[in-house]
Amino acid sequence: MNPFSSGTRLRDMIRAVRACKTAAEERAVIRKECAAIRAAISENDQDYRHRNLAKLMFIHMLGYPTHFGQMECLKLIAAAGFPEKRIGYLGLMLLLDERQEVLMLVTNSLKQDLNHSNQYIVGLALCALGNICSAEMARDLAPEVERLLQFRDPNIRKKAALCSIRIIKKVPDLAENFLNAAASLLKEKHHGVLITGVQLCTDLCRVSEEALEYFRKKCTESMVKLLKEVVNSPYMPEYDIAGIADPFLHIRLLRFLRVLGQGDADASDLMNDILAQVATKTESNKNAGNAILYECVETIMSIEDNSGLRVLAINILGRFLSNRDNNIRYVALNMLMKAITVDGQAVQRHRVTILECVKDNDASIRKRALELVYLLVNDTNVMPLVKELIEYLEVSDQDFKGELTAKICSIVEKFSPEKIWYIDQMLKVLSEAGNFVKAEVWHALIVVISNASDLHGYTVRSLYRAFQTSSEQESLVQVAVWCIGEYGEMLVNNVGMLNIEDPITVTESDAVDIIEIAIKRHSSDLTTQAMCLIALLKLSCRFPSCSQRIQEIIVQLKGSLLLELQQRSIEFSSIIEKHQNIRSTLVERMPVLDEATYSGKRAGSLPATGPTSNAASLNLPNGVAKPSAAPLIDLLDLSSDDVPAPSSSGGDFLQDLLGVDLSQAASLSGTSQAPKSGTDVLLDLLSIGSPPAQSSTSTADILSPGQDNTSVSTLQRISSPSSLSAQGSSPAQAAPMMDLLDGFSSSLPVAGNGLTYPSIVAFESNSLRINFDFSKTPGNPQATLIQAKFSNSSPNVYTDFIFQAAVPKFLQLHLDPASGNTLPASGNGSITQSLRVTNNQHGKKPLVMRIRIAYKVNGKDTLEEGQINNFPRDL
Amino acid sequence: MIKAVLVINGMGKPRLSKFYEFQEDDHAMQPPEKQQELIRSVYGVLCSRPENVSNFIQSNPLFGLDSRLVYRTFASLYFVFIFDSSENELAMLDLMQAFVETLDKCFSNVCELDLVFNFSKVHAILDEIILGGQVLETSSAEIVKAVDEISRLEKASNAMTLVPKSIATWPSR
Repeated sequence: MNPFSSGTRLRDMIRAVRACKTAAEERAVIRKECAAIRAAISENDQDYRHRNLAKLMFIHMLGYPTHFGQMECLKLIAAAGFPEKRIGYLGLMLLLDERQEVLMLVTNSLKQDLNHSNQYIVGLALCALGNICSAEMARDLAPEVERLLQFRDPNIRKKAALCSIRIIKKVPDLAENFLNAAASLLKEKHHGVLITGVQLCTDLCRVSEEALEYFRKKCTESMVKLLKEVVNSPYMPEYDIAGIADPFLHIRLLRFLRVLGQGDADASDLMNDILAQVATKTESNKNAGNAILYECVETIMSIEDNSGLRVLAINILGRFLSNRDNNIRYVALNMLMKAITVDGQAVQRHRVTILECVKDNDASIRKRALELVYLLVNDTNVMPLVKELIEYLEVSDQDFKGELTAKICSIVEKFSPEKIWYIDQMLKVLSEAGNFVKAEVWHALIVVISNASDLHGYTVRSLYRAFQTSSEQESLVQVAVWCIGEYGEMLVNNVGMLNIEDPITVTESDAVDIIEIAIKRHSSDLTTQAMCLIALLKLSCRFPSCSQRIQEIIVQLKGSLLLELQQRSIEFSSIIEKHQNIRSTLVERMPVLDEATYSGKRAGSLPATGPTSNAASLNLPNGVAKPSAAPLIDLLDLSSDDVPAPSSSGGDFLQDLLGVDLSQAASLSGTSQAPKSGTDVLLDLLSIGSPPAQSSTSTADILSPGQDNTSVSTLQRISSPSSLSAQGSSPAQAAPMMDLLDGFSSSLPVAGNGLTYPSIVAFESNSLRINFDFSKTPGNPQATLIQAKFSNSSPNVYTDFIFQAAVPKFLQLHLDPASGNTLPASGNGSITQSLRVTNNQHGKKPLVMRIRIAYKVNGKDTLEEGQINNFPRDL
Repeated sequence: MIKAVLVINGMGKPRLSKFYEFQEDDHAMQPPEKQQELIRSVYGVLCSRPENVSNFIQSNPLFGLDSRLVYRTFASLYFVFIFDSSENELAMLDLMQAFVETLDKCFSNVCELDLVFNFSKVHAILDEIILGGQVLETSSAEIVKAVDEISRLEKASNAMTLVPKSIATWPSR
């Protein structure tokens, strides 16, 4: 027979499909079959309708569209014979996908069949209804189903019970109609009916408060009695699974009891005894027994408090954990996770077993156990737990290491009792699985290290040792490189030895070796390379004897294809070569970062740098002209910036200069304010995201239009790198320029060496105003005394008022204490503070100052920043 | 509630797929394309499972919140139940056992081909075990009795027709 004719038997079609070697062949066969079936449908073929629908179901299972067969289902359902109806209902359940109108048409047939004299046809209809019932159908057919709950045949009763569940889920309002019938099902002896009846009652309780109250009152006792009977029932081979009588009924009953007992102390009291009996008497050597125990535990955990039972339940879970069956361990861990909120103390007792599960062969069990351990950690057990976990880290699977590492780090951070322990554990993790440690974790470690000033030496030595064995772990290398850069001299001189340490001998060149190894070994990682460069720059100052060698290493990166590295390399070697005088300032140690600020930032509660710098600056004592910490956070934040800025405390200063300079450069061509090309060079040299060093003369180039040639050439000469130091020492060279520029700038009054200067408004925001008054000490032209006066025009009082200022290197600033820290509202008073500025470049450069004002308005921190460029000339 | 029952062979071909309900807000079953996609992803997860691990898989990404998946292999077939937290995981394993035992009794030593050629009988068996996602019957003797009754009825009403219509008249192999 031609397999593609419409007369194919189902078997032949299946064979033809199975014989297909490719998906395309299969599609072709299906296409032909579908075409034939469609033709048969349009001819309204009756003889083969049954067979065609069977074929369609097979085609549907293979994943082809079969919507065109839906109406055929209805026709078959409407037919008289049992086989037709059976296939029709089966098709209805499987093929139906877009519904409402088809469902409406089928409701009538269902109604008829639910009243059919043949109970098997009634069974088919119930089954279909239970699977596809919609809300409208539920309303239409609920009376039929309700009646069938009392049908003589138990098979129909149980189907009707499950069908009712679907109905009340679709239309919860119908729940009360089913209450009495459902309650009478609970008195059944037939176990199938009982299972479904209990399930129906459970679901009734879920959808209706009223039902819950009803069953709680009427059935709690009888359900307890029923469970007792089931538990003590004699052996029933028919329902027995692995020697346990009817585990499903057990489970359904336990579940029903849970719903009844939850939130009701009286009901819970009634079931205590039987729960204890189930928990102690059930055989636990088979899956079925464990399923019952598991259900029993969940019920005990959910009903009202009975601590004795809970301990019993958690002990069952503890026993599960040492079961050989993976499934049992898996569910036990899941349940313990829930139990920990109910009775953490009881769960703690099984800590050792849970910890064993972290080492399980089964990945999903390991994962759960680890999560559970994480929840179990507290201040008292953190040390032994972490010790165990780190030991396990050494032997664990590669796939698991990432997760394990993350959890260990998080535990260590959260619960560390002391810094040295934290540092020790983190170093262990870094040496074992450094490649899995996330960037923010080791960034946090660096913050902690920098804060623990008494441990700097210890840490850098530990890192040095760890590096010897684990130089392949990238983040370990990064932390080590950072610490050696910062605390290199402590490594070499064994500074700050702790009692527990063995002394080591490290020479200066050993320390440089480490960096050199790191730079070679991790050549693919930009961050490591950049950190190494900075560490080298720092070491070149700390170890003058190695300076030459360091420069050679740095120079090697001149040819790097990565612009950042290349640029850094050129800049750093130029610093080492030519700018000895500023080098030590540039490579000062990083100032300590506020831990709370950093962790706050990590937690993501604070966006970027603005508010963070606010908090950071508040930690600085008022009136100290010390670089503020704000930009440093950015500098350290390697994740946001691939290359850390090449300086320690100098960075902030440079940042200030950068700010000064950019604005100056913009205004220079117009107003020709005093030249700052010298600092400009310095800036470019160390540029933080500004054009490469080669373009250091660009400021001058920008200026050229509109300026006459002489001035340009002068500027250019001065701004060339080599003249930087010359400029500082030879006023002769600078003098003509000043003269030149004087000609351009007429806007500001030029005061000679006279003793009076105009007051200025140094800063003005919405509500805050700062006035500066100037005076000079006769005989000391470099020094200026500034009287700052702050006033507040807003209606709110400013409290905790702090004024800070920073100046470029050629200035020295001293702030006297302010007259107060509360600024009255509406200009009703002011704070004064005096500043003394010494200008080392007096006559050549004007004063410039960055300021920051922090205060609280109604307890809310506010921060304002500004820059003062409008100082009178010649200060 | 049980959300789906799947039987997938070692090559990823579905041999039985029955979806009960997925979205509570939508009355519809999953459309066939979506069903196929789910079957494929379940198969993808299953065949990458190593041996000697638990039979449970957290299946949230595939089937939405509060769904668990239990599977077991019998010969070359994966039997998969997907259900929510109102069912006991361990009991689901037992239910699966009951299902397979019943298949074995009905087909005397069941194999994959039995399921392929008699899929409507397999559905009949499943409908006697699970109805609308709820457990209907767990005793395989009861189930076999009900299925036999259906077969008998089909045979009786088909005695006179030429086109074979009943599952009982299809040879089992």
